[in-house]
Order: sequence, then structure tokens, then C-alpha cells
Amino acid sequence: MNGAHDLGGMEGFGPVVPEPVHIPFHSTWERRVLANTLACMAMGVWNIDAMRASREKLPPAEYLTSSYFEIWFKGLVSRLVAEGLVSRAEVESGISQGPGRPVPSVLTAERVLPALAAGAQYTREPDRPARFAAGAPVRTRQMNPSHHTRLPRYARGKAGVIEAVRGFFVFADANAQGLGPQPQWLYTVRFDGRELWGSESDPTLSVTIEAWESYLEPPI
Amino acid sequence: MSGDHEHGHDHDEGSSLSEMELRVRALETVLVEKGYVDPAALDLIIESYETRIGPRNGARVVAKAWLEPDYMDFLRRDASAAIATLGYGGRQGETMVALENTDSVHNVVVCTLCSCYPWPVLGLPPAWYKSAAYRSRVVSDPRAVLADFGVTLPVDKKIRVWDSTAEVRYLVIPQRPAGTEAWDLAALAALVTRDSMIGTGLVTVPGGAA
Repeated sequence: MNGAHDLGGMEGFGPVVPEPVHIPFHSTWERRVLANTLACMAMGVWNIDAMRASREKLPPAEYLTSSYFEIWFKGLVSRLVAEGLVSRAEVESGISQGPGRPVPSVLTAERVLPALAAGAQYTREPDRPARFAAGAPVRTRQMNPSHHTRLPRYARGKAGVIEAVRGFFVFADANAQGLGPQPQWLYTVRFDGRELWGSESDPTLSVTIEAWESYLEPPI
Repeated sequence: MSGDHEHGHDHDEGSSLSEMELRVRALETVLVEKGYVDPAALDLIIESYETRIGPRNGARVVAKAWLEPDYMDFLRRDASAAIATLGYGGRQGETMVALENTDSVHNVVVCTLCSCYPWPVLGLPPAWYKSAAYRSRVVSDPRAVLADFGVTLPVDKKIRVWDSTAEVRYLVIPQRPAGTEAWDLAALAALVTRDSMIGTGLVTVPGGAA
């Protein structure tokens, strides 16, 4: 989806404002947004790709004027409502109108540390050989899917080289749509800065992305 | 208890902060009442990312890599496994790759599409890492972004920007500063900044040459 989240190469946002000290949260509510987002993900009703898709569906003007934890909050609410777990009225009033519906899992306190330490497994056993090898020239597809994708606009239809074959990974585009993991080979693809940004680009620049095999085709 | 007590780092106006505080509390109340989330679990998640999972973890990985060539080799071969030997791993760090800065190459990490970041070694990302300013520009003009951090690289140094568009997570291994040959792991780790492990900073010795 060509949403406002796909920021690479845009201009006009001004300088980056560094913050040397590690400050994970800037207010109490940000803490609660993170915790509720992770706990709700652990219910097992949706996956991480679907969660990202929910944030990207915010209207562009709203996305760009929301702080990052606001984006997380809005994405979480829209996902909970879409899944029928809560109603908009409940979220706005803070008053539950009835019992929750059954969910596959509830993250209890004793399971938190093991769950964070375990993470989630995104790799799968390959059922076919990789189409491309490290060093192979490739071209990214020109595509504008209406659904979640992880091929940024700035890197579509561009010539690059396979930097590394990373493994066989759950395919985000399918997983986000609830179509199952549909794993594919995943590659790191390197592009020269001038291929992405033109002849005026910094000649010392190269940019890599992670690309699933279906994003790629042999060079023309 | 209220947003009025939040101060020091907020860029928002007080009114919008209070509104978010209320909205998030309302949501959490409903989620708890419906039995979807456990308040004690929420507190433990927050505590983990405030006290245990942060950039000091990554700094130990870097210091060990500087001290032990075998460990650096292990990081090159299988960064996830090498990092796990120090007890770090799990959520948002399942597939780690280490990027070595050298005299000729400088690495910088970004997620242009959201905020992908190696949580087990660096903790939660800083606000600027998630900002439109950083995500938009570092892929097209990294030297300008580095200048915002006060970092200037030699004009012929190659800059490699790594856009984290899948579940691979990157840790930059910055260059070890001169004059630290006799330092031990704890002293070296104390030098390593979070930004140097993202690629927007360099490691320097306080009071010494860069």
C-alpha cells in the first residue's frame, strides 16, 4: 500500500533531532501503549505484519502528524475494532459493554519474560531452492499493491545485486492479509545510490533492502 | 497519576498529552475488563524495556568483539548465536546481522517503512529513529543526516545504508578508538554509545582524539 509510512526519499521534514540518552518512553501513556500492543499481539488473533498494516492504513495527513506511539495506539484500536474484540464506543468511553470474546491466549505475568526471550520464529524450512545466489544481478519489480508490502517505493523497478541470501522467511505481504505465512526466500539486495536517486547522488552511497523472492526478477 | 506530572521530554502540548493519557487509560480499562490483557503482565513488559533491555546490552557485544577476534568471527558467521551467548535474544532480534565499520566503510541502519530495530541489544528505538525526518532522508542523503548528529566522515568513505524491510535486524560494530588497547571489557563497553551501534555516531575517548 502506497501509504504515508513509506517515507524513504521524501523531503521537507527538516533536520533530525538527536537524543543521545536512551529514553524508551517520554510519558506514561507511551509505556501503556507499548505494553498493551505487545499483550494484544500475544492473544494470537493477528500477526506482526497485520499489526503493521493497521498502522499504515491511517490517512496520510493523520499518520504524518501523529507521534509514533500515537500511530501505534490508533493502529491497535483499529485492529481491535476490526476483529470485533472491542467497539469504538467502548474505547471512547472506557466502559466495557460486555464480556470479551474467547481469544486463543492471554499473556499472563509469568509468561512475559519467557515470551520476550523467545521472540517469534519467522523462518521456515525451505521447500525449494533459492532462485538467486549472492552476487547475482537482479531487478526489483515495479508494483503498487493495494495491500501491505515491504518493498519501498524508492526501491521498485531498480537494478541491484544480491548481497546475501538470508533464509526462507514468512512472507509479510501474505501474512498481513491473513493468507497464511506463504514463506519465500529472503535476500538482502544492494543498490548503488545513483540507481536510486540519479546521477547527482552521493557516489559513495549504497542502500540495501530485504527483499522476498517474489519482489525480484532477473535483470532485463 | 495525571499527565500534569509528565515533564522534561515531551514535545507535545500539555493538553494533547492529557488527552492521550485519558484515551490510553480508557482502552486499557476495557481490555482488562474483557480479560484480554493482564495488568501485571503489562507492568512487567514496561519494566523489561525500562530496566533490562537497552543499549548497554549491545555495548557489551561490541566490546567483546573488539577484544576477542574469535568472537568477532562468530558475529560474522552467525550474529544471532553469538549474541545469544551473552544472554541477549528474542523479540525483535530473532535474526541478527552484525555490520562492521572499517577504515573504508561506514554502516547506517534505518527502517523507512516503520521502526524495525534490534530490541534485545539496543532496547526500544529513540524517538528520532522513528521520525519522518530520519526515515525519509537517511537513505537518500546520509551525510546530511550524519551532520545533524555532528558526524562528518571522509569524503571517500563508502556509506552503506541498511533499510530493515523484513525481520532481519542489524547491529553496527563501530570502530574501536585508538588509545584503548589496554582497556578491559567493562571500560570499553562504557564507551560504546547507542548511536554508534545504529551508525549515526562514532565511538570516541572522552578528552582524547576522535
